[in-house]
Parts: sequence; C-alpha cells; structure tokens
Amino acid sequence: MREIVIGMGSCGLAAGGQKVYQRFEELLGSGDHGASLKKTGCIGMCHAEVLVEVREEGTESVFYGNVTPEKADAIFESHVKNGKIAAEFVFDAAASGAQQKRIVLRNSGVIDPDNLDEYLARQGYKALEKALTSMTREEVVATVADAGLRGRGGAGFPTGTKWKFAAGYRDEHKYIICNADEGDPGAFMDRSVLESDPHSVLEGMAIAAYAIGADAGYIYVRAEYPEAIKHLKHAIAEATARGFLGDDIFGKGFKFNIRLKEGAGAFVCGEETALIASIEGKRGMPRVRPPFPVESGLWGHPTCINNVETLANVAWIILNGAAAFKALGTEGSKGTKVFALAGKIKNGGLVEVPMGMTLNDVIYKIGGGTTLGGPFKAVQMGGPSGGCIPASLGETPVDYEQITATGAIMGSGGMVVMDETTCMVDVARFFLSFTQNESCGKCTFCRIGTKRMLEILQRICEGKGKEEDIGLLRELGEQIKSSSLCGLGQSAPNPVLTTLRYFMDEYTAHIHDKKCPAKSCLALVEFAIDAGKCIGCGLCLSSCAVGAITGEKKKPHAIDAGKCVRCGKCMTVCNVNAIEKR
Amino acid sequence: MIQESGQPAPAAFEKMLWQYRGEPGMIIPLLQAAQESYGYVPPAAIERIASVTGTPEAEICGVITFYKQFRLKPLGKHVIRLCKGTACHVVGAETVGQVIEDELKVVPDETTEDGIFTYMVVACLGCCSLAPAMMIDEQTYGRLTPQTIRKLLRQYRRDAQKM
Ligand SMILES: Cc1cc2nc3c(=O)[nH]c(=O)nc-3n(C[C@H](O)[C@H](O)[C@H](O)COP(=O)(O)O)c2cc1C
Repeated sequence: MREIVIGMGSCGLAAGGQKVYQRFEELLGSGDHGASLKKTGCIGMCHAEVLVEVREEGTESVFYGNVTPEKADAIFESHVKNGKIAAEFVFDAAASGAQQKRIVLRNSGVIDPDNLDEYLARQGYKALEKALTSMTREEVVATVADAGLRGRGGAGFPTGTKWKFAAGYRDEHKYIICNADEGDPGAFMDRSVLESDPHSVLEGMAIAAYAIGADAGYIYVRAEYPEAIKHLKHAIAEATARGFLGDDIFGKGFKFNIRLKEGAGAFVCGEETALIASIEGKRGMPRVRPPFPVESGLWGHPTCINNVETLANVAWIILNGAAAFKALGTEGSKGTKVFALAGKIKNGGLVEVPMGMTLNDVIYKIGGGTTLGGPFKAVQMGGPSGGCIPASLGETPVDYEQITATGAIMGSGGMVVMDETTCMVDVARFFLSFTQNESCGKCTFCRIGTKRMLEILQRICEGKGKEEDIGLLRELGEQIKSSSLCGLGQSAPNPVLTTLRYFMDEYTAHIHDKKCPAKSCLALVEFAIDAGKCIGCGLCLSSCAVGAITGEKKKPHAIDAGKCVRCGKCMTVCNVNAIEKR
Repeated sequence: MIQESGQPAPAAFEKMLWQYRGEPGMIIPLLQAAQESYGYVPPAAIERIASVTGTPEAEICGVITFYKQFRLKPLGKHVIRLCKGTACHVVGAETVGQVIEDELKVVPDETTEDGIFTYMVVACLGCCSLAPAMMIDEQTYGRLTPQTIRKLLRQYRRDAQKM
C-alpha cells in the first residue's frame, strides 16, 4: 500500500499544492491503484514546493520537489502504478535533514493536521495524560525548569521560572495565553507549527494550564494567517469533542478550555501587555510593568503568556524528560531552535537545529549556501528588533547570549540571508520604516525619534547624506533605546546600530562617494543598456518619462545618463534583461 | 457583498449583535463581523455597536484606527496584498510595487477607478521562500517578475470586466 503525501501548508498552497492534490485525486479515482492520498502541513523545504512524498511500508520515503500537475502524471504512472521511482523529479531531502533535530517540528510534514488520530498515533496527548495522572503541578513546573527551556518568542525568559511565578499567585481565575501574533516580517515558524501540528500547541497549553492552575486559555493569532486559524479551529473542536480539552480532562477533574482570538493587524500587539489590551477589546498599547501579567494580566487575573514554539516543546519535555532536552545545546541555551531561512539562500525553508550550531553551518550545510553561490555578506536575525551579523562572525553559535553579544538578538527565528547585492543602509532603512510605522505612539522617542532616524536614512539612500548624519543616528538610537517603554522602541534602533558597527564602509560610500556598493539604491546607480542583449523592441523607450532613451527599432538602444532620472522603470519593462545597473 | 451604510445590516453581523450578552472584549470581534459582512466598517455599524455595547463611538473609532485590519471605505472587487517583508524586500518587492502602481495607477490603500482592485501593502505574508510574493484575494502568487505581474493583473481585469 503506497501513500501519497502532499505538503499543503501556506507555502505548498501558494506554490500550487491544491492543483497537484486534485490531479492525484483524479488519477487515483481512475481505478484501484492500491494507493491512498493525504494532506500534510509544512515539510520544511519550502524552496522546493510543491513537495510530494511517496511512502511505502518497509522502504524509505521518496520526496519529489517542484511538482506540477504534469509531473504528477509522470510520478503517478511510474512510481505509484508501477513501483518505479521517477528519478528525474526526486528531491534529495537527506542532506539538509541529517543536520537537523526535530522536537518542535516532530510531526510537521508527517501527519495530517486535521486528523487527531494521527497525532494520537505519535504519542499525542500522552504527555498531558502523564502530567495529569502521575505528576503534581510542582513536578511539571520543576521538569520544565530543569530542562532549561527558554521563551522562544524573542526575549528568552526561562519558561519554568515564569510558570513558577504564575503558579504562586492565588486567584479564582488564571489564564494561559498562546502568543501566535508572529509579526516579524521574514518569520514564519509559528505559522508553520500551527498549520502542521496544532495539537502539539494545544497540548502544551493544557500542560501549562495544569502547572499554573489556569482554567481558560486564549490563542491570539494573526488574522493574516487564515490557514492557521482554520486548522486551529478544527483542532480545538476535535480535542474538545474527544475530551482532551473540556471540563473533566482524563477524569481528573481538571478543567481547561481554549478560545481563539484573531488579531487585527498591529505588530505591537505581540508585546504581552499590548496583547492583553487587545484581547480586552482596546487599542493595543503596552503599559508599564510591573505588575507583570503573571501577577495581573487579562482582566486583572494572573496570566501566563508563552510563544507557540515554546509551548510546542512542552509535551516532548514531559514525555522524554528534562535530561533528554538538556542534552542538546549549550550552557545557557538548551534544546533546539526553529529558524525560517529566507532571503538570498539556496534552500530556504523551515529548519530546526540544536542550539550551539554555528551560523555558518546553518547557512551552508543546511541552507545550501547563497542563491548565486557566492559567500553571504550578512545574516539578519531577530527582525526589526534584531540586527545584521556579518559573515566574519559566521562561527557564532546559535545561543541566546552569544547572538546578543553581536548586537543582534536570537529573536523568534527569522534568519534572512544577504549577499553582496543587498545594501545594508537600505536594509536598516527598511526595518526602521517598519518600526516607525508600527510604533503605537505612546512614547515620544519611539514615535518621533524613529521618524527622524528614518528621514536621515532616507536621505543617505538618496545620496543626500551629510557628514554629521552618522553621529546623529547613533545619538538618536541610544536615546530611543533608553527612553521607550516596551521592547518595540527599546530595540527599534538595533538594525541601524548593528549596520553602523559592521558596515560603516557602506554608509561612507553613500555619504562621501555618492555610491551604493550593492547597486541597490536607485538614486546612486547608473542605468545602461547592454547592446549585446538589447533587441531594439522599443518598450523601454516608450516607458521612459523623460525621454532619456534613444534608438532605432530593431537596433540596440542607449540611455542618456544626463537626462536619466533613475526611476528604474525601463528595467521593469524590458523582457530580455538588457538594462543594467552600473 | 458591499453595501452602502444605511441599508439593513447583513445577517451575520446582526446575529452577533443579538448574541452579545455583555461579555467583555467583544468590540474587536464585533468590528471584525461588521467588516466581514460589509467589506468595511460603515458608520451605521459603528452606531449599532455603540448602542448595543454601551461603548462611546469615539472609543470604537479609536480601536478602528489603531488596527490596520479595519477599513472605513469599501473595497474593490479584488484585493491585492503585496508583501513587503524582509525576504521580499531583499529580492525586489520595491520593483514589484512600482509595477503594480504603474499598471493600476494607484498608490497603496487606494482602489482603482473602475472599482476592480484595492491595492494594499502588508508587512509579511509568511511565505518567504516564494519571495517576492503577493496575494490576490485568497490566492498567493510567488516568485513574481514584472512580466508575470502585468499578465496576472490584466487577466484579473479581463475576467472582472466579462462578468
Ligand atoms: C514589539 C514586540 C513584539 C512582539 N511580538 C511577539 C510575537 O509576535 N510573538 C511572540 O511570541 N512574542 C512576541 N513578543 C514577546 C512577548 O512580549 C513575550 O515576551 C512572549 O510572547 C513571551 O513568550 P515566551 O516566554 O514563550 O517567549 C513581542 C515583544 C515585543 C516588545
């Protein structure tokens, strides 16, 4: 009996997973082929979506990458019907897989997220059963503390300590909130977990609730994640129907129910006090801590907030013990970390590595190096709160303290790889425009300071930078960091400060030489036509608003640099890539 | 689905209002229901929510303007969400946006004159490995080039005009 498994997480769907699924459905419907079809979540190798796995008992699974409905026909004919592997479409998953260690992603891409039985078959809800039937609340907290699990939402706060605080407050109601707001541009770890293995998060929440004595839970999920919301709703209903959530779980009199709250699009709502305000139906503005949410959170009751990935680790720790978790990682950072590898990387996707692996190993051994094959220039970690780590620090291990020492942060797991075509000044400007836009406006320095920093970066990118701009950026950056209430403002200057630290030469090139070394800032490059490639079609000529392009039909055209205003429009209309930046 | 304010409220929104029993924290779900029903939050919906929940209209407007999800104007027939996340940015989302703006003659958050497209820019769609990416309604398109975007937009427009 062969099983055809299709990756239908958001990436798979975006790449056309639905069409491939339908095609296989039609093919299977054409007769009895002794094979079955199933959907799964994110397999992790997003760069090769649509991914199709053919499983057969007693043999190794075969992965097919970049599958289209046409390739589906060929795979079906050869492999499913005749048992002959369609070698030309096989995707080698072993190379990157061998370096990884899957705890959080243990079921991702393996099970059908909408089928509770498949989760149960892989020890699902066994940890909750173990906790409820054979462990005291204190033992659960102690196990998580002993394992050394730290919050994966960015700050890395020890989870056991947080639970211990929350357990210590007495109140008639306590809440556990799963933070699934994942607002970091360039990060999709939490989304993939929710889409691929929602029950692992529900189980983690239930165990946390038992440990701290909470009776209700909320999942605060971004409205921009419709697929995740769909799977979560289904999973909550299924778990409730089967008694894994509800008023008397495992007959132990333990009551715990979960509700879903959809965010409404505000990055700052990922911050815990803002998130609570948002669930309460207010504008999501952070407030002063203390009191911390573990003391006074949702509607004034003790509330423990944990990130999706943090919670997805919990069941594994309870089942396998603290020692197994502690065995992985470094002195201060235990277990694994999931990263969303993206940017100029060959094999982008979702990876889970043991803590302590070096950045070079993640990028070259797992990610397969850069898209163009050259060395990487920098890797951005921690999104708008993080920074750019230069290639010279590539031997830095994945570890909270060591990443922080570079000026970046571990963050929630976005890892955007940049090569020599990425302008670091532009990257700093990009992140600052994001935080400036997302500032809730409460603190003056965050609201106005980021705006001023953005204006300075903008003028540097336009070639109008001044000598004193560097000093101004540094000064403003330090002031914003020290006079903002929440993490948004406290970390907003990081992308600028780290690029100033490691890529000063690029700032100097923009300000002094009026050049963008990466040829990315349009105002600082020169456009020219490659006469060898130009076919003289005239598209660029008619698109140029200032008449800077001349040439006869069917003959190579040319750009008058004196007239050109560097809008880049000609480049977007050319069908033969004849326009170059110099 | 889009209705002018003043017309009777669609069933889903009205039902949610009827089910409201004074639970706290319902302003955002009610606004989401209103937007789901009308395609935007019309003044009439704000008045209804205010009177049913006893929340001042000013406070409701404060919530609406804080969150990017809520719109006070109707949407076009198709909604384009261009991703400007980090991964998309480093592989040319800027150019993609330029092409859309030129092709449709709109800037972000505007609707085309013929009412077919509303163009929005979002922080991250979360399919970074398909960058640069955009969504048209619920469908995601990845690895965009100026050529594929123009083709797509023209296709959508032709189909919309046929109906
Ligand atoms: C501006 C800002 C945005 C944040 N966004 C998120 C987020 O999207 N997801 C998340 O889990 N934590 C986010 N956090 C961190 C949370 O405030 C909180 O520390 C975390 O959810 C705690 O869970 P953990 O201990 O399991 O990491 C954000 C913090 C700030 C300051």
